[in-house]
Amino acid sequence: MSLLRVNDLKTYFDTDAGLVKAVDGVSFSVEQGETLGIVGESGCGKSVLSLSVMGLLSEPSGFVAGGDILFEDTDLLRLSESSMCSVRGNRISMIFQEPMTSLNPVMTVGEQIMEPLIVHRGMTQRAAFGETVEMLKRVRIAEPAQRMREYPHQLSGGMRQRVMIAMGLVCSPSLLIADEPTTALDVTVQAQILRLMNELKSVTGSSIIFITHDLGVIAQMAERVMVMYAGRAVENRDVGPLFKEPLHPYTRGLLRSIPLFCEKQDRLSTIPGVVPSPLKKIDGCKFHSRCGYAFDRCRSEEPPLFRLGAPGKNASVRCWLHENGKRDFTEGRR
Amino acid sequence: MFSYILRKVLYTIPVLWGVVTVVFLVINIVPGDPVAIMTGQRGDEATLAKIRADMGLDLPIGVQYLRFLEQICRGDLGTSYRNNEPVSSAIRTRLWATAKLAFGALLLGTVLGVAAGVVSAVKKYSLFDYGAMFVAIAGVSAPVFWVGLLLLLFFAYILKWVPGVGYGDGSFKYLILPMITLGVRPAALTARLSRSCMLEVLSQDYIRTAKAKGLKKHVVVMKHAMKNAMIPVVTIIGTQVSSLLSGAVLTESIFAWPGIGRLSVDSLLARDLPMIRGVVVFMAVTFLFTNLLVDISYGFLDPRIRYD
Repeated sequence: MSLLRVNDLKTYFDTDAGLVKAVDGVSFSVEQGETLGIVGESGCGKSVLSLSVMGLLSEPSGFVAGGDILFEDTDLLRLSESSMCSVRGNRISMIFQEPMTSLNPVMTVGEQIMEPLIVHRGMTQRAAFGETVEMLKRVRIAEPAQRMREYPHQLSGGMRQRVMIAMGLVCSPSLLIADEPTTALDVTVQAQILRLMNELKSVTGSSIIFITHDLGVIAQMAERVMVMYAGRAVENRDVGPLFKEPLHPYTRGLLRSIPLFCEKQDRLSTIPGVVPSPLKKIDGCKFHSRCGYAFDRCRSEEPPLFRLGAPGKNASVRCWLHENGKRDFTEGRR
Repeated sequence: MFSYILRKVLYTIPVLWGVVTVVFLVINIVPGDPVAIMTGQRGDEATLAKIRADMGLDLPIGVQYLRFLEQICRGDLGTSYRNNEPVSSAIRTRLWATAKLAFGALLLGTVLGVAAGVVSAVKKYSLFDYGAMFVAIAGVSAPVFWVGLLLLLFFAYILKWVPGVGYGDGSFKYLILPMITLGVRPAALTARLSRSCMLEVLSQDYIRTAKAKGLKKHVVVMKHAMKNAMIPVVTIIGTQVSSLLSGAVLTESIFAWPGIGRLSVDSLLARDLPMIRGVVVFMAVTFLFTNLLVDISYGFLDPRIRYD
């Protein structure tokens, strides 16, 4: 049984300019103790996807138009708001991108970390304090009792993200959703935070959904990867094969645009064009206008997700090139 | 925290000195001979000169200014030209009536304003939101004297629910109408500001974090959003004290309320310069003191401020 199974999720936003299909029929699952990486450019629907799972879409414009989200076999979309409150921060928790603005500036760090323990575990202040000190030690914050009395503005960016992680893990959730947790941090701090998350994961056994646009981070963190483009999943693979042999032209483009330090490169490879406006109706494959391999069918008919390899192996790709299994990328290149 | 308060108190001193100086200069520039007004054009020139000498009005303006400063430092605001009553005791006897009125109006305005603003923000674009904001616009636009007269007409003369004008025995029922009259504007302003501040705060990242922790909506609003949203609101409440004092002049006149507002109107009509000077200085001190309290309360509301 998967810990989390999302089936054909559709999350739309009703805006003045029209209906925005931010997430349009995405399915995936996360197993116990597994880390799933979700990658894609800005605006591809990664964050909306995670907010849909948490039930934190900005109302009333954002809404789930279809699909289901099964967490430990309970459909989260059918839970009442108060039942959902007992899931959030307790069994599923979330870490956000901006540690600077994600902590309440007028509450002490301690108060903020203790809150989930008091709310979900019914702990007393004193018990929660002790538990929080232990949690802060686990995220390697020195002098935890002292830090607990401090306010977010007194801490560095890396320290604040450790606090966010402590807050996310303090109730030992089965699933942690990390939405670009290291994007706002510099590279050394980023490395420390990633190492810390991996260590904590091996101790607690929590599953992680790791959302990022940084493929380097994915390589370090994830076991499986889902690549998203314009609100759709375009490739689902295990991390090793994905890096060795990306199948979707978009994934190939993403990998090619990573600078290599071992080779001299004059110009960094990019994917031509930009992500299409979500308001624009696109016929055929959503990526065809930027794809170097596109042919007539790509422009008229959207490809389904083609399953690859043996049944049960969770690999799929949304590209006509792979309709009959794996194809050679040299052919058909325009 | 102590050094922060001390610094704020010290900042108040030069401002206070500036206010006192401006008040002194303005009153001395005003044309007309106060002694002639006092004696009602009667006495002969010698008597007038003697009175002037007794009051120190024949001294050079610099000396008069230093005397005035010295008096103020001793808490002596001079003596009324009209009835020889010491200004400070005249203010003291009327202080309680004005304090009751202003505090009542401020309390009403703050409680009603914050409550309406917060509920409007949480239930954005609801019927309550539209209704409350319509009433708030009306409240901001309506002149104090008009509101006062309408309230008197309906509740005192037509419905007879409350007594009309006057202080009566000082009981609460006499306070109701003046308090509402004076409180309408602060309530309306506070409601509009609370709503916009609350909306701003509710869209912040840390509110999403609070929701992601599984806190119930009312806990998110009351515990996480409230303290952040109240920082600008407290500033407005502080500055409203000045409009309450000037509003009190009108309100007290309408309701024949024996407070400092009416004292200032009576003194102006009688050209009682020491009394006018005393009342203005008193109002300025009150204003400075409230703003000092506001500044100190920032330190409690926002931990980032103490260290700046």
